[in-house]
Amino acid sequence: MRNLSRTLVTAVFAAAVMISAAGCKKKTPIPTTPPPPTTTAPPAEPPSATPLAVRINSFTGEPRSIEKGQAATLRWSVGNSTDISIDQGLGAVAANGSRQVFPSQTTTYTLTAKGGGNQDTRAVTIEVSSSVPPPPPRPTGPPISGAEILGRDAQDIYFDYDKNDIRADGRDTLTKDADVIKRILTGDPTFTIVVEGHCDERGSEEYNLALGDRRALAVKEFLVQLGVPEDRLKTISFGKERPVCTDENEGCYQRNRRGHLAPAQ
Amino acid sequence: MAAGAIFVSGQDRFEGKIQKDAGKPRIAVIDFRGAGDAQKLMATFNTTLWDELNNSGALEMVGKSFYPIDVPQQPPDFKPPTTAAPLRRGDPPRIVKNGPWLTDWSGPPTNAGYLAFGYTAVQDGRLMLRGYLFNVTQPDIASAQLIGKLYFGSLDDEGARKVARDFAADILQQFGQKSLAGSKIYFVSDRTGNKEIWSMEYDGSNQKQMTNYKSISKEPAVSADGKMFAFQTLVKSGWQIMVHSAETSRKLPFYNFVTSTIETPEFTPDGKHLLFAGTVDGWLQICMTDIAGGGLTRLSHVHAAEVSPKVNPKTGRDVLFISGRSGIEQMWRMNIDGSDVEMVTNGQGYVANPAWRPNGQLIAFAWTKGPEPGSYNIFVMDIADKKPNQLTSNSGKNENPWWAPDGTHLVFQSTHGRSTQIYTMLVDGTHQQQLTTQGNNTQPVWANGIN
Repeated sequence: MRNLSRTLVTAVFAAAVMISAAGCKKKTPIPTTPPPPTTTAPPAEPPSATPLAVRINSFTGEPRSIEKGQAATLRWSVGNSTDISIDQGLGAVAANGSRQVFPSQTTTYTLTAKGGGNQDTRAVTIEVSSSVPPPPPRPTGPPISGAEILGRDAQDIYFDYDKNDIRADGRDTLTKDADVIKRILTGDPTFTIVVEGHCDERGSEEYNLALGDRRALAVKEFLVQLGVPEDRLKTISFGKERPVCTDENEGCYQRNRRGHLAPAQ
Repeated sequence: MAAGAIFVSGQDRFEGKIQKDAGKPRIAVIDFRGAGDAQKLMATFNTTLWDELNNSGALEMVGKSFYPIDVPQQPPDFKPPTTAAPLRRGDPPRIVKNGPWLTDWSGPPTNAGYLAFGYTAVQDGRLMLRGYLFNVTQPDIASAQLIGKLYFGSLDDEGARKVARDFAADILQQFGQKSLAGSKIYFVSDRTGNKEIWSMEYDGSNQKQMTNYKSISKEPAVSADGKMFAFQTLVKSGWQIMVHSAETSRKLPFYNFVTSTIETPEFTPDGKHLLFAGTVDGWLQICMTDIAGGGLTRLSHVHAAEVSPKVNPKTGRDVLFISGRSGIEQMWRMNIDGSDVEMVTNGQGYVANPAWRPNGQLIAFAWTKGPEPGSYNIFVMDIADKKPNQLTSNSGKNENPWWAPDGTHLVFQSTHGRSTQIYTMLVDGTHQQQLTTQGNNTQPVWANGIN
């Protein structure tokens, strides 16, 4: 039964309160005399010896965004002024210059240049972010184990039915696998690999164990020929004990007829 | 029908009497009744007794619907008919029936040759069976009685089964049948999540875990005296053969030579040596050591995989084994010193699991017959004429046959879908009985009646 919340519909009637305006008499304003027209001052005479206008050519802060404790550099260039200052306690500065600042919070610096009765200002803001959390400590030990490399990079090789010959595709795979093993042994010379021989589910358990034994030995022999030290390779046959799939078709049978490389326990 | 042929042609060599039903003794078995508390156990008792006799294959069971209504429970219940003067002069004397009589059973419609009857009761807190076997074709009670015996068991279903089996064993012995009661079947079960060695009674009862390695343990073998069993197990360093005491289940010393694979252990009939397959020079070869693994001898010297050595239990000299030396795996025979090697099967199809009949004449094995790998069935052949006779033909795979000590039953594994279970059957392929249900159960071997 559905658990429905009952909806209570409440009708709210808003009473509109009408405020009737009280009838009040408008007072007639007292007439006033209009103000006298303002006399506009004559335009100021331009200075006779026209001074050059004060001009801030540039005022920058780099970087615009810093972490607390870091420095930013203010740079400026001002023309036609001798009275130049930056607020935030920096005081008077030269017409061209730079200054390192260490703001502890986001700060706006204002450059003011005066001269000849006029002035120019320009401001830059340095964004200060609070310090970010540090990264986790570096992992101790080797970054990736031989077992992980083997599991990631070594490929299974596949066999024909009732055969232990290394096929052409298997030779390519094992050549790559041999390189993987050598790379592992470079970092860990004591690393040992178990070469597993597997079979499909047809045939008897006993005979399949013998066939898996042949496959494991064939893979081992091939890897040794490619330069993998023999004492780093063990073999085991699982026969049909550990299938990767259990369908009764050639696709699955082929996946199970394999040689597999695993780290020794 | 093909199966029938070997039994006729080889009749003189067989201890067991497997005949077509038409030629078998016809036996009637009453529904036994129990006095007092014993009655509660009678359903179990009657089922067990019937199945034991029926599954022996030695008897033709007369259906109960043909039985007389007046059923005896003990010999005094039989009342011989008497004669009386005829009602009319000149007629033969009248036969007056006074109660149950032998001819009720030997005549139509029952037409039995034998009658098993009796009753049960509670005696001193135990179940007591009074069991009789009569030859109902005899003229009087004294000459009819073949068995009249007391049997005792616990007052529960297990006790009811026990007395039924004991009684059945005595009956079967009258017909030249060895009883399987007390014999054990060792097998592999994965019901705990790992393959372990298990044992059970010949009828599937009393299933017991014998190993606890929590790895892969399989391919059991039992010594002829039933006191040791060997198997293959996976340990950290690889496959090993282990030998255990059957009585204590404890590990006995056995030294494994260092190699990549070692499997299929087999005791010699004298229990002094072990044969097995072990990798030598890159191939699994048939090897032999003493019972502790010392004195390694290599019996075969070929570049082919060879497994499953099986020593003739009668001669102790002939060894059957599976070899790929001709290409796909076939059954071969050699002397136990490795000489006189010959192929036993015809070179076609895939062959596995050879098993000698206790008399050392017949071989059971699994064979695909045709070229399609994997579809095994159970076959039996005579080592002399090498003609295979097919026993199973169900869908699915039938593998790992093994002979019962009576030489008339086989135990084997049958796979349907993804489930493999253990069955018994008669050597003509009939009377198939499923013994296991939990998990997958494989590789049965039938031990002699010890323990």
